[in-house]
Amino acid sequence: MNKLVNSIREAIALSGLQDGMTVSFHHHLRNGDHVLNMVMHEIAELGIRDLTVNASSLFDVHMPLVDHIQNGVVSHVLADYISAGLGKAFSAGIMEKPVQFRTHGGRPCDIASGKTPIDVAFIAAPTSDTMGNCSGKYGKSACGSLGYAFADAMYAKRVVVITDNLVPYPLADFSIAENYVDYVVQVDAIGDPRGIVSGTTKITRDPVGLVMAQYAAKVIDASGLLKDGFSFQTGAGGASLAAAKFLKDIMLKKEIQGSFGLGGITGYMVDMLKAGCFKTLLDVQCFDLGAVESIRTNPAHREISALQYASPGSKSAAVDSLDVVILGATEIDTDFNVNVHTDSQGCIMGGSGGHSDTAAGAKLSMIIAPMFRARLPIVTDRVTCISTPGKDVDVLVTQGGIAVNPAKTELKNRLIDAGLPVIDIAELKEKTERITGKPQKLTHGDRIVAEVISRNGDILDKIYSVS
Amino acid sequence: MRRSMLFLPGNNPNMLINAGCLGADAVIFDLEDAVSPAEKDAARLLVRNTMRYMDLDGCEIVVRINSVDTDFWRKDLDTVIPCKPDVILLPKSAEPADIRLVDEYISDLEEKLELQKGGVQIMPLIETAMGVENAFAIASSCKRVCALFLGAEDLTADLQCKRTKEGREIEYARQRLVVAARAAGVDVYDTPFTDVNDDEGIVQDARLAKALGFTGKASISPRHVDVINEVFSPTLAEIEYAYEVVEAIRVAKEMGKGAVSLRGKMIDAPIVARAERTIAMAKALGLDRTEV
Repeated sequence: MNKLVNSIREAIALSGLQDGMTVSFHHHLRNGDHVLNMVMHEIAELGIRDLTVNASSLFDVHMPLVDHIQNGVVSHVLADYISAGLGKAFSAGIMEKPVQFRTHGGRPCDIASGKTPIDVAFIAAPTSDTMGNCSGKYGKSACGSLGYAFADAMYAKRVVVITDNLVPYPLADFSIAENYVDYVVQVDAIGDPRGIVSGTTKITRDPVGLVMAQYAAKVIDASGLLKDGFSFQTGAGGASLAAAKFLKDIMLKKEIQGSFGLGGITGYMVDMLKAGCFKTLLDVQCFDLGAVESIRTNPAHREISALQYASPGSKSAAVDSLDVVILGATEIDTDFNVNVHTDSQGCIMGGSGGHSDTAAGAKLSMIIAPMFRARLPIVTDRVTCISTPGKDVDVLVTQGGIAVNPAKTELKNRLIDAGLPVIDIAELKEKTERITGKPQKLTHGDRIVAEVISRNGDILDKIYSVS
Repeated sequence: MRRSMLFLPGNNPNMLINAGCLGADAVIFDLEDAVSPAEKDAARLLVRNTMRYMDLDGCEIVVRINSVDTDFWRKDLDTVIPCKPDVILLPKSAEPADIRLVDEYISDLEEKLELQKGGVQIMPLIETAMGVENAFAIASSCKRVCALFLGAEDLTADLQCKRTKEGREIEYARQRLVVAARAAGVDVYDTPFTDVNDDEGIVQDARLAKALGFTGKASISPRHVDVINEVFSPTLAEIEYAYEVVEAIRVAKEMGKGAVSLRGKMIDAPIVARAERTIAMAKALGLDRTEV
């Protein structure tokens, strides 16, 4: 049996891809990814049209997608996250059908259930053998975990592995197994390593970020959740990493051994693992070289699929066992609804990713955000777009005070007892507006350019074109 | 209570706008070294507007104006005094006459603006050899002086020696300032530790300053504020001891005893005064006895 084919074009032809079908991509190569552009170029050359692209995330490196949309090659897009440059094009209304935003848990759930079937999945694999056993841990384009690609590989009708590091059969330490793979293509480069993972993710030096990070660590300390068996997820942003550093100091001082660190993993989480703060890291995506090195060499650092990470359709998912998650926000309203999809002009610039999944699952979901960015307050009467519903958000940490969801009375009392500067969210909004002034109400265009699908499948909110 | 004093450049709106959130007991809006001559006017307005419109959450406001040998200091005061800063930090204070000059100018402004007379305090910044030599005279030069402040960077330049992390070159100045300030009955603040990446260095430097008798310490980095606050806060053991001293004195008075001893040591008036200061500070910090 020979799965190895000579080119991407040949693999597309063999896959049986036709007009109106769905292709999928994963985003572990992030802004260094070449695969989506290479594949879509070949598809366009073959004259195939009216495709749905189901991508776990889209980055600005994927700007050629705009041409494919305008030329009719792509007519629908499903994604968990779309970065600002590409988001601007979608917000301008380049596509007739609205983008469907899902969460990192909702996407694999709908793929597995057949709600969003995939005809052909293209797996960017930093290393693969000739039968398609593949891994992200090795090769010049190593990205670590391939967590978001598992559902695509398991449920797509046809699976094409594209690699720039073809090794003899069998690759022992594989992530995705050959039994899911139809074709293997070798190319010169699947991506640009400079855009795939950061050299080192660094904690912020911004004094305001550090103040918020210290508050965040103190909130966790005071929450009652910080004890042996503690589990934790944080992002790769500077303030989130700083919070992890301060949390690590507290855990070491109090000799607390946590259970697991979850999510997109950075070198800081690896440091916490090495220091004994956690027994295990459950990794759906690596953010930096430290994380890639760790997942390759440390058996306690485990790759997990997005199904295991966050799918509400799985028999259990790691987010359901999570104690604390630290998340960001572009806006949060006085009902604690959070926006991570649009910027202050209503333009698409992100997406939920795992935001809603972890907020729903964690016992304590905490938003860290400055009181204002540039001249715009972070707290509003109503967010431009609900990405994560307020019922799943417990606390907002800003440099000007800590707002606790009124439904969390016990948490609020704990924070007050710990001497933390707790403030009512409406009061925080007024305090901020005394500095920034009250922004004018945003107006938007008439067209719906995106729908935000909750992790349970409902339409949570709609994003309109920018006026 | 003023343990930490954080310098913020007067021409940096992002820092000024967050001044009340950075944890310092006092912020120093700097119109002097951090601001180039071409930006002095813009910085004055930014600082004025910050004081006018920002709620700094109880943080004390200090403004470092330009020194009296420049053309800027009067305009600095004209702009900031109407906003009633708590303290004016006067750089290159070398003689009592420098302080009196500023005192008179502020008094005139207070009268003109119908502000409370003497409401604004002065903190002379001692950063020349002459300033060190005149420290006591400067500290006692007028009623507005609330503390002395040591500036080691300019001082070491004036002394023609190298500024080091260990600080051997400023040992004399530190001790001289503490003695002069205490003799004059005012507080005394230590120079900033300037390596913002040396987390252990700031701890050692702050501990040294506290051991020498400084009231608190300045910082050029918000990252140092927490350390300074911690070092200059009373420890739980110190609070416990202070309460024991006060209790021993109370019991001795009830029993009509003259001499009182605690833990094998005689308690005299200065020890009682220190205990009372410690308890007052503990209460201000919310560290009441139930937490001891």
